[in-house]
Amino acid sequence: MAASSRRNPPPLPGAENQDPLSEMAGEDSDEGEDIFVGNSNPVAEAFQPDTANGEEPADLFSEAETSTAVNSSITTSKSNGVHSDNENDLFAEVSVELSMENPSTTAKSSGAEFTPSLTLSATQPESMEQLEEEKDEDSFDMEVAVTNPEKIGDGMNAYMAYKVSTRTTLPMFRNRTFSVWRRFSDFLGLYEKLSVKHSLNGCIIPPPPEKSVVGMTKVKVGKDDSSSADFVERRRAALERYLQRVVCHPSLLQDPDVREFLERDELPRAVGTHTLSGAGFLKMINRASDAVSKMTIKISDSDAWFDNKLQEVESEELQLRKLHAVVDSLVNHRKELCGNTAVFAKSMAMLGNSEDNTALSRALSQLAEVEDKMETLHQEQAASDFFILAELLADYIRLLGAVRGCFEQRMKTWQRWQEAQSTLQKKREVEAKLLWANKPDKLQQAKEEITEWEGKVTQYERDFDRISVTVRKEFLRFEKQKSKDFKSQIVKYLESLLQSQQRHVKFWEAFLPEAKAIA
Amino acid sequence: MMEEAREGSLSVSAQTIRVTEAVRDGDALTFIVISQKLSGSGEYHVARTHEDFQWLQQCLFSQEVVPGILGVIFPPLPAKPQLNAPAKVLKQLGFLAMGEDWRMYCMALETYLQQVAAHTTLSKNKCLENFLTSSEPPGRQRVRKGIFNRLSQAMEGMRKEGHKDVDDFFQTERDNNLTLTGCSKSATERFIDVVLTEQKLAVACGHFSTALHLCVEQEEDSAVLAFSNGSVPMIKNYRPLHALICVKLSEVIDSIKRNFESVAENNLSTLGLGLDLESRCQEAEKEMLYRRTCKLVELETASRNAERAKPVKKAAMDELKVAAEKEFDHVSGVAKQEIARFHSTHVELLRQALILWCEKQLETARDTSFRYSQHLQAFKGLGE
Repeated sequence: MAASSRRNPPPLPGAENQDPLSEMAGEDSDEGEDIFVGNSNPVAEAFQPDTANGEEPADLFSEAETSTAVNSSITTSKSNGVHSDNENDLFAEVSVELSMENPSTTAKSSGAEFTPSLTLSATQPESMEQLEEEKDEDSFDMEVAVTNPEKIGDGMNAYMAYKVSTRTTLPMFRNRTFSVWRRFSDFLGLYEKLSVKHSLNGCIIPPPPEKSVVGMTKVKVGKDDSSSADFVERRRAALERYLQRVVCHPSLLQDPDVREFLERDELPRAVGTHTLSGAGFLKMINRASDAVSKMTIKISDSDAWFDNKLQEVESEELQLRKLHAVVDSLVNHRKELCGNTAVFAKSMAMLGNSEDNTALSRALSQLAEVEDKMETLHQEQAASDFFILAELLADYIRLLGAVRGCFEQRMKTWQRWQEAQSTLQKKREVEAKLLWANKPDKLQQAKEEITEWEGKVTQYERDFDRISVTVRKEFLRFEKQKSKDFKSQIVKYLESLLQSQQRHVKFWEAFLPEAKAIA
Repeated sequence: MMEEAREGSLSVSAQTIRVTEAVRDGDALTFIVISQKLSGSGEYHVARTHEDFQWLQQCLFSQEVVPGILGVIFPPLPAKPQLNAPAKVLKQLGFLAMGEDWRMYCMALETYLQQVAAHTTLSKNKCLENFLTSSEPPGRQRVRKGIFNRLSQAMEGMRKEGHKDVDDFFQTERDNNLTLTGCSKSATERFIDVVLTEQKLAVACGHFSTALHLCVEQEEDSAVLAFSNGSVPMIKNYRPLHALICVKLSEVIDSIKRNFESVAENNLSTLGLGLDLESRCQEAEKEMLYRRTCKLVELETASRNAERAKPVKKAAMDELKVAAEKEFDHVSGVAKQEIARFHSTHVELLRQALILWCEKQLETARDTSFRYSQHLQAFKGLGE
């Protein structure tokens, strides 16, 4: 692995990756970078609300830590507990793996020091890198939330504004907590800027949520029903996850555009984003991959690796699509159950009212109430199914598309190198012919061109090597992140499932004496 | 239902009557009916078809000798079950058509027989004895249509349901019954919708679980096993972990599926059956009240005729009036008793259904809760 070609340098000086142990686990070295993003526990204690925006972000994030269940109300906007909890779980495990403690940060710090050479095994407490870190006061700490969707304006020119709040201890930001207001096109604009800059390096750039003309029109027109509220909440949550993934990525976080997005009060309107939609993006990728798949590439070990991984990605995308469809139908059935339960509850209430016998009448009314409560539970569970599982799958379907794009970039780079090589070859042939024909002035030009193209070939080969390294690293980082993501989301799903079930148990326990009391 | 000693009537114990299974015989169903002898010396096993049950019901209807028989609330017999029936027909049967192997239907038949056998008047009918004990199927000959039938047929055409009553007690009862009949029928239908959706959810979970299994390729199975034994050290390839997540998640979804199946089953076999029975019993009471109302109309007609009668016919008319009055009084008397009995049994019926329902659902909920917490623990420990 060409160490010099690393494109994702950490913000701290010095720590070149020389350690052979971490070389071996090189793919996992990003472990270190991941820990410090969004680790809310230590920040909670270190957190001093010292900005004008201090109050709200504090509430935002402390709420995230204390909430234990999925915020089930589809209509409220403060559901970032869902995702911040995700990060709690995420990093709670990670902090267990590392046993390093830095006395300069807070007591509960889970090794909150950044080092690129950090490995999974905590067997290097005496490494040079760690000594360097301890001198550094910096901790790589970052948490973002997207909340408070607000409709600005009226009619077809209206739009939703979202509050983007950041809490961080990174020195590159002016404050520790701050918020700005952004609209959907701003997020798309950010993606576009990052794409332009980083996709050529083989970075996996998290794709933004999709545009929806139907959804937005409803909101603009002012349709005040639950489907509009659902749509807004879904979008808010998706935007939050999108941002969280962006700041999670070590090199993207360094990008000044990201900083500007998070910090700057007024952003210039992003233009041209009407063409940039999730579907359009995927179409682009598919077209590119169709063209590229026709090329043959030299078969070496590492290329076989890339081929394999690409195949895996493609089949996984298909699987996730199938799963998504199945989960969708599950969500719909649950909603149906909600409706049926509510109607049943009403009919039982009527039956109870008509009943002469007092105890029976009361029991039937209680039954109706129990069923009503069940309906709420079913609705919450449907939301949980949807917001946790379905959206997770949808996110990863899009992300896998981005991964494929990444692989395509590499292929393009290879192609460019190959083309340069063949151009160089042609130039050499020209030189040979000129030598033979003995035309000295043209020969000079030919020699110059050869030198130029030799330089290009070398550069493109280096580019290709570099992008191969990056793609490989990015892919492994992605895989690791994906496993963590899936695991933590499923844990969250199970928690909500369990909680819901426990409430079911309580309802039945409460009803039993009522039933027995009938005489 | 208290079992009273009767002389020369039913020789089996009412509570022990069981309809244990439904046997498919081509396009028809045969039900196995088992009952214990009162003498304690054994049991009777008989096989009966729905036609046999109908025969029994007709026998009960045609007991002319019993005065005021029209005031009896006859236990309702479930409609005929049809194999390979179109959806509309099955829908009429509602809960009784659901459940495996017609189990719900058997339970409904069982309840019917128990109710007939527990009824002081009806249980004395020889047909019941015959039905329960004779190894030969009861006579399939068409039963002579009793007064009962002729009467209800005659009255069919005239809308007498709304006819004002002379007795407050009965007027109130009729009003209440009308409401309750509507409410219980509606509640039953809504509950059916709930159970059907729960069953759909179970099926959807099954699909989800299968789809997850398909995500795990065969070559990863061995890696999955290695992982679950906790023997994987440094993770360079996340495929095994991913596969393990899929497998474990599908186990979770399986649990969810099983929960839905149990919940639906519990709903079906306790409250569902209870509501269905309640609904049909309210209908039975409605029919009885209607019969009485018809008698009332008859009486009032006879009275008018007697008043207007020309001297020549007066005596005859008077006689008819007196007879009608007597019959009406008998019917009302029996009806009053039946209504009182009906009130207490229907409360008891719903009570038992509700308790059983609650107990079963509570047990299922606790089981599921336990299983979910196990899954949660397993998941939290994944990949560590």
